[in-house]
Amino acid sequence: MRVSNSLFWVLIVAVGTVFVVASRLTITNEYFYFAGYVVLEYIVLSTAWNILGGYTGYTNFGTGAFFAAGAYSAAVLHKLPATLHKTFDITMAPVPLPVMIVAGGLVSGLMGLGTGYLTLRLRGVFFAIATLAFTIVVQTLIVNWDYVGGSRGIYIIRPANAPLGGGYIQYLFSLMTLLAVVSVGIARTIERSRFGLGLNSIRDDELAAEASGVPTLRMKLISTALSGALMGMAGAPLPYYVTYLDPASSFNLAYAVNSVAMPVIGGMQSWIGPVIGSILLGTIQQLATVTISSALNLLIVGVLLILFVVIAPNGIVGLVQAWRRREA
Amino acid sequence: MLVSFDLLLNAVVAGILLGGFYAAVSIGVTISFGMLDIANISQPAFILLGCYAAYVINGTWGVDPIVIGVVTTPLFFLLGMVVYRLYYYAFERRGEQAIQGLAFFFGLLFVGEVSLVLVFGVDYRFVEARYIGPSIHLGIVELPLRMLLPCVFSLVMVGVVQLYLSRSFIGRAILAVSQDPGALQLMAASPTRIKQIAFGISIATCAVAGAFLIIIQPVEPSIGRDYIGRIFAICVLGGMTSMPGMLLASMLLGIVESITATFYGPSWAPAVAFGLLLITLAVRPAGLLGR
Repeated sequence: MRVSNSLFWVLIVAVGTVFVVASRLTITNEYFYFAGYVVLEYIVLSTAWNILGGYTGYTNFGTGAFFAAGAYSAAVLHKLPATLHKTFDITMAPVPLPVMIVAGGLVSGLMGLGTGYLTLRLRGVFFAIATLAFTIVVQTLIVNWDYVGGSRGIYIIRPANAPLGGGYIQYLFSLMTLLAVVSVGIARTIERSRFGLGLNSIRDDELAAEASGVPTLRMKLISTALSGALMGMAGAPLPYYVTYLDPASSFNLAYAVNSVAMPVIGGMQSWIGPVIGSILLGTIQQLATVTISSALNLLIVGVLLILFVVIAPNGIVGLVQAWRRREA
Repeated sequence: MLVSFDLLLNAVVAGILLGGFYAAVSIGVTISFGMLDIANISQPAFILLGCYAAYVINGTWGVDPIVIGVVTTPLFFLLGMVVYRLYYYAFERRGEQAIQGLAFFFGLLFVGEVSLVLVFGVDYRFVEARYIGPSIHLGIVELPLRMLLPCVFSLVMVGVVQLYLSRSFIGRAILAVSQDPGALQLMAASPTRIKQIAFGISIATCAVAGAFLIIIQPVEPSIGRDYIGRIFAICVLGGMTSMPGMLLASMLLGIVESITATFYGPSWAPAVAFGLLLITLAVRPAGLLGR
């Protein structure tokens, strides 16, 4: 069955709305929202990663940097009204969270554009290594930036009442569902577009694509910026989620590993792969963190990543497709 | 800014010592990434493995860490050969090196780090040896022995590897495989076997580099990540395949980092390597002594 683009958008928005409303009506346990938020966050991160990694064929190991840049942009905006009041005696209303999310997206998108511009003209390997080292540098900058607490971190007090009724965590949960819906929609739209075709041609043979008139550098830059922006948007609500933001946890390597592992395990060729991967791995990790230990569950992710990459490089989606072909 | 001369001199000397150590850390990637075109980003995990091997053996039998580093190289060599075999069967043979290969090494890096956390915890570990602590004073210059010895021995190691590559038959074959694997095949040599040996050597250097690292500073599992930027910055800056270039780049990075740490504070030092890497990639991707 062919689902047109606009119909797909309607469908996922409906699914998102039903999901939020149904959970708000039936589930009162706060823990569900805390755990669900993380899984949704990973849907956004891995979908964003896949726009560059799966469609364009460039590996980004710097998810942590883009994510944390979003989180720290939000933290700065959170502190801004108080600072303005203290130094210039200007009164400013607190910045609403959606504005922070947009700002976080802008900052991380620009960061993606910058790194991309410097390294994307070289072979893909160099881009990957640069992003890996990039995380360390952004972390160094944050550690040395006293305004946002430096290495000590910063406490963030949530606003007293949340919009949309319910507690603040429910509000964060709903916003993250919205972000997940938007990023999955964007990913699928790209996949079916001329732009997506161009990205795929870069992945399969960059030289041939360039020779056939695909504007490779511009397309790579757009997808890096878009991917970075989505990661930043996923990071922006983090200060309110954890209420204490520090470099060590916001730059955690787990974000980078998960956002690589989830698309690889789910399947990198289509939008559904990262979604399957993040729901599966995210849920396993949430359960393992509670029942076993958090170090061990990261080990599970690493081992799964290696196993899938070696044995089933096309992920779960690839396995299902192969199985279907054999049936037919 | 008025810079005091002896402070600057000491910073430069400390940088050269540090650079010597960086050469030991980077030589493995110069072989694997520069010559074999295998982007082994998990190298720091193997270096940390070397650190903890030195820590365990030193703690149990009190053997000198540098001796441990040299004695454990055969084990690391074998480990490297096994990793290459796996990499070859899973990726190189299929021709899917790019994303999957990188993800594989990234997974190894991560699994290595988490396993070390699970076994040894996140406390800082150190080794004991007579030369950790005292310094030699030459006029106003201070030479801490725990920096001087790794530097000297790492220069020896670079010399030995360079000699091996340029004089021995297999060494020359490794250089040949980095230039043209197809031609090597025509000379009736198997590129895969040569690459396997070369990759083994690149991991074997981690045993020694790890021993140096734990002599220089206490070690915990996550510090390996700081070295990714440094290693690859040095490798790229040095021109990928050239040993003299690698040595020069290590010294340069060591000196720049040491001066940054002296005048702006050590918390800024990690950003230096990346800055250098980015500038090199943007301005001169062929490196200092690249072809």
